[in-house]
Amino acid sequence: MNLDTPLVSELESGDADAHRQAPARLKIIDGDVHPALRTPADLKPYLSARWWEHFQTYGGRRRSGMSYEPYPKSQPRAARRDAWPEEGGAPGSSLRLMRDQYLDPYGIEYGLLGPLGLTGQSEFNLEFAGAIASAVNDWQKETFSKPEPRLKSAIVVPYDDGEAAAREIDKRADDPAYAQVFMLTRSQEPAGRKRYWPIYAAAERHGLPVGMHVFGASGHPYTGAGWPSYYMEESAGHSTSCQTVVTSLVMEGVFERYPKLKVVIIEGGFAWLPALSWRLDKLFERMRSEVPHLKRRPSEVIREHIWVTSQPMEEPRNSQHLFDVLEWIGWDRLLFASDYPHWDFDDPFRAFPPGLPRERLKQILSENGKRVYRLS
Amino acid sequence: MPRHVVAKATELPPGSRKLVRIAGRAIVIFNIRGELFALSDRCPHKGGSLSRGKLTGLVESRAPGTYHYSRVGEVLRCPWHGWEFDVRTGRSWCDPARLRLMNYTVSVEPGAKLVEGPYLAETYPVAIEDAYIVVETK
Repeated sequence: MNLDTPLVSELESGDADAHRQAPARLKIIDGDVHPALRTPADLKPYLSARWWEHFQTYGGRRRSGMSYEPYPKSQPRAARRDAWPEEGGAPGSSLRLMRDQYLDPYGIEYGLLGPLGLTGQSEFNLEFAGAIASAVNDWQKETFSKPEPRLKSAIVVPYDDGEAAAREIDKRADDPAYAQVFMLTRSQEPAGRKRYWPIYAAAERHGLPVGMHVFGASGHPYTGAGWPSYYMEESAGHSTSCQTVVTSLVMEGVFERYPKLKVVIIEGGFAWLPALSWRLDKLFERMRSEVPHLKRRPSEVIREHIWVTSQPMEEPRNSQHLFDVLEWIGWDRLLFASDYPHWDFDDPFRAFPPGLPRERLKQILSENGKRVYRLS
Repeated sequence: MPRHVVAKATELPPGSRKLVRIAGRAIVIFNIRGELFALSDRCPHKGGSLSRGKLTGLVESRAPGTYHYSRVGEVLRCPWHGWEFDVRTGRSWCDPARLRLMNYTVSVEPGAKLVEGPYLAETYPVAIEDAYIVVETK
């Protein structure tokens, strides 16, 4: 045996799938599962003739920063190489494979869908954006949530048009197939700006959390100094766009206006959150009169309204550092996310380092998600 | 040192791979330009099945602006997070001392030799006239 880490030795010594059986006792809520279209024509049944014709004739026109297939991002379609369905289509497009490869063996109780790609988000033409987003919402429900109630659809909103986005939320919020409002972190303006308030008002009105997933094409470069050269820079840069989201929501007083609003930051890591809270508190103590609408310290607002998802997690060599960060954020604030079927997928039973107390693992894998999303 | 017959030699031509289970262990065998390699299939990072990984090469740079590509087809990338392993040693590129794949001795043996034992071939029918791939477990 030339493998000397205990975790690996345990897996090598016997049935490699043994770890899959232990979790039967833990039911998992996964905050980030990505469904995919087989082809854009999957949306045709949910688009009016006018918009299907428009799409066929002109296609989408997106802001720069993200095309539908920007580049492989480490693996083709940014997907696990073992997640391509035998029956064809992109990873995430086959409910059969999603069940066989992920939902069943891992004992997933609920998976929160987050459609990316052709969703209408980041389109210049706002009416087209609204039509596509609405079609994606119908498609998710019919293709995934209806045949597989463990999968909860997202209400994808054309967020650059706040009023249309709010109408889309109002239209679907009473349907239990939908469990969150879905936005992307790279919006045209910082997420707390007034143009987005109708979305937060609608989400709060219906008790739905707003999921803010990384990516999006704002038309702005990923960094304050222009476009970086490498994917690794873009990827690490997601945490800065998440910080922009949190800072703007807090500073603009969004949570003062919508005191029951819950926001989940998806796929942006989380170790940055305590440092951001401390920094904002320090500024607030000196300059609170600039934002008189903000009644409490930013850290308190963050602690009450912001949740974060696990994947892709910071992985310090000393796991105690990770536990310290979670202590600062609050153990009730972290939701497990797998990012299935993407290349940086996290296995719920191997994602967290040894030494994490079982009670904490239970909170992250199951209990916290139940409190955030309206799940039966 | 139990030795296990896992396939007919003709089942694994150059450029192919096969995932086998021996005594509860998942082992992936590669035929790379006629050379055989047997490695544990489970990535020690997060458990991806390496049999679905890509065989690629080693990109190195001795100084900014100079690049060197070598070991073509001998670096196995995990299908999930892209961790790289040397198929000759099983060692990971990022942490070669601590994180590595178990590698097994693998060879092609004539059927005539196999029927004499001491090989474990009970689940694999062996004919004298054929050649077989044999993996040795420790």
